[in-house]
Amino acid sequence: MSILAYLIPLALGMGAMGLAFFFWAMRNGQFEDLDGAANRILIDDEEEQQR
Amino acid sequence: MGALAAPPKPTETVAQRVDTRLTVPGMRCAGCIGKIERGLAEIPGIDAARVNFSAKRVAVRHDPQLDEDDLIEALRRLGFEAQAVAANPLAQDDAETRKLLRALAVAGFGMMNIMLLSVSVWSGAGGVTRELFHWLSALIALPVVAYAGRPFFASAAMALRYGRTNMDVPISIGVILATAMSFYETVIGGHHAYFDGAVMLLFFLLAGRTLDAMMRDRTRAGIGALLGRMGRSASVVQPDGSTRRVDADRLEPGMIMLLAAGEALAADGRVTEGRGAVDNSMLTGESRPEPVGVGALVHAGAINLLGPLRVQITAAAQDTAIAEIARLMDEAGQSRSRYVRIADRASRLYAPAVHTLAALAFAGWMVAGAGWHQALTIAVAVLIITCPCAMGLAVPAAQVVASSALLRRGLMVKDGTALERLAEVDIALFDKTGTLTLGEPRPDLAGLDDEAQRVALALAQTSRHPLSRGLAAALQARGVEPAPVSEIAETSGVGLHGRLNGEEVALERAVDDSAALASTLRIGARQWTIPFADALRPDAGDTIGELAAMGIASRLLSGDRPAAVEDAARALGLPAEAGLSPADKLAALDALKAAGHRPLMVGDGLNDGPALAAAHASIAPGTASDASQQAADAVFIGERLAPVALAVRVARATMRVVRQNIGFAIIYNVFAVPLALFGMVTPLIAALAMSSSSLVVVGNSLRLARQAR
Repeated sequence: MSILAYLIPLALGMGAMGLAFFFWAMRNGQFEDLDGAANRILIDDEEEQQR
Repeated sequence: MGALAAPPKPTETVAQRVDTRLTVPGMRCAGCIGKIERGLAEIPGIDAARVNFSAKRVAVRHDPQLDEDDLIEALRRLGFEAQAVAANPLAQDDAETRKLLRALAVAGFGMMNIMLLSVSVWSGAGGVTRELFHWLSALIALPVVAYAGRPFFASAAMALRYGRTNMDVPISIGVILATAMSFYETVIGGHHAYFDGAVMLLFFLLAGRTLDAMMRDRTRAGIGALLGRMGRSASVVQPDGSTRRVDADRLEPGMIMLLAAGEALAADGRVTEGRGAVDNSMLTGESRPEPVGVGALVHAGAINLLGPLRVQITAAAQDTAIAEIARLMDEAGQSRSRYVRIADRASRLYAPAVHTLAALAFAGWMVAGAGWHQALTIAVAVLIITCPCAMGLAVPAAQVVASSALLRRGLMVKDGTALERLAEVDIALFDKTGTLTLGEPRPDLAGLDDEAQRVALALAQTSRHPLSRGLAAALQARGVEPAPVSEIAETSGVGLHGRLNGEEVALERAVDDSAALASTLRIGARQWTIPFADALRPDAGDTIGELAAMGIASRLLSGDRPAAVEDAARALGLPAEAGLSPADKLAALDALKAAGHRPLMVGDGLNDGPALAAAHASIAPGTASDASQQAADAVFIGERLAPVALAVRVARATMRVVRQNIGFAIIYNVFAVPLALFGMVTPLIAALAMSSSSLVVVGNSLRLARQAR
């Protein structure tokens, strides 16, 4: 049972990391334009470089 | 532009840049994003442009010397219609939604981790392990409840302070009691802890609340936005003949204003000198320039298109026609704010019932001889199991699914109650110009050969006159390339002329200055007349037919001339009234409402503003004046009128789903409450009941996504 002493903090720590990452992403504006992000991958990079 | 002449030093640029937001409804693909961002960034004075595709917006960082009109013009050249967005009215709602999202994330984190521990307890962990897991759950649950519960606690505290009760009161009491009880159980080493139930409750409720916040009414910036379009100041002629700038609110009747071409009127008045034309589109929705001469009445907000005019003020500041419209809109909007949302109606009945039930359970078990501990456990179980999880999700989930499906079809619904009200309409009133018709003069290009088209485009694209813009847009849409015309010059009130291969070419006002709208194109000695007409939207008839099939009769209410209205009314087979003032339209609506109807108003002009605000529900096209878009419940984009009928159909489907959802929540309670009352609910049953009922409601709502196809 002593394995629990490692596994539970590990599980909690991973959850907390996910939570922290979500907070960062939200503050960073990652969710502002979901459809746009999906479409941007279709824009050609080459045109971008010509600029 | 000045920005070209002297590029400012880098140190100054940061301070000198301003941000402008524009809506560009025509963005549909990845190509548009690239085209807009690259195209705008190439223009001198623009630092950067960033497209928000979901919101159909562009944020532009630019030199303050470029104004909104320059940016709109630049976008038009790239092939996109754009409108400026008034200072970001969504900012506050965004903050609210973000707060809820954070709480939701924290509750989700807590729920999953506590569930991890709870599952082991349910599957038989006993003794020291169970106690350890309860303690760990408490360690997670207490801070999570304290953080994620704030939106409910704050609202409940507010309601209690005013001696009222709302949905948040039973929620808060349930969550706090369940947490406190579970903590007590943990301390004494008991068998059942409801930490998972309490946190899961918060998670589902927050999900509903977040969806609801996304649908919240996006503030109607009433009177201010409207009056912003009036001229802010005017040149007043002094007794000695000189002129002086006077602010709009200090103008007085009797003063003489000198109005330059392109200037917006700051007050109502009568022309005393000069001839020309004014653009009344903002006031009447009529796009055609209105010729004015001595003695003509002109209104604040109209734009002088041609030569200078002298205007004697007849009404200023709060007495102008536009201020009157603003006042009517404000008053008309009051009645709508009294509309009670279906969720609120449901919770008014629900909250007291839940309180009573829990209190009765506690009292009943005490009387029956159970200890206070057992009685309280059962009361808490009742509060948790009756928790309006499904109820809280029933309405917003359906509305969010429906409105995002509508957005994909080109209709933006501004708030959740709009869908509720749209579902109830039983008669539709349409404005003509800009609503049933496209609202912009479209040229008939049939008579022009290729060369004439190329010359016409070369000339028309240099002018901002409404006819030139309409002509240029129509030619560009056909893929015509402009001819290399040089020395293009525009003469106010006459037209454009230039040179091509030594020949003189010109695009001028039609010689025959009759009521019909037309331009004359000249190349050397050859001459063409280009007639313009404001055509009906291509699917206007179908849309009205579809509304009729849903039992909604349509009528036409227009401020336009009877002859023009007659034509449209006959083409569509609608009863019509012409020549109505904004107050007349409002009166017509009030009469319908008094007769027990629930009218839907569809209009675009500022003159429709009061009617849009007063109607039971209202829709405006994306080309409508700012104020009308503000007043309307929904805005549709594009040339087709079909979104109007679609909106009503989807709104009705949404309300059907909402009613099913609420019905399901009630049936669920009918089965779950007796179990709780007889003390048969364990934390496991509570968790299963809550999550399954929420999933059923969400799943049912998702069906709406197919309705809008």
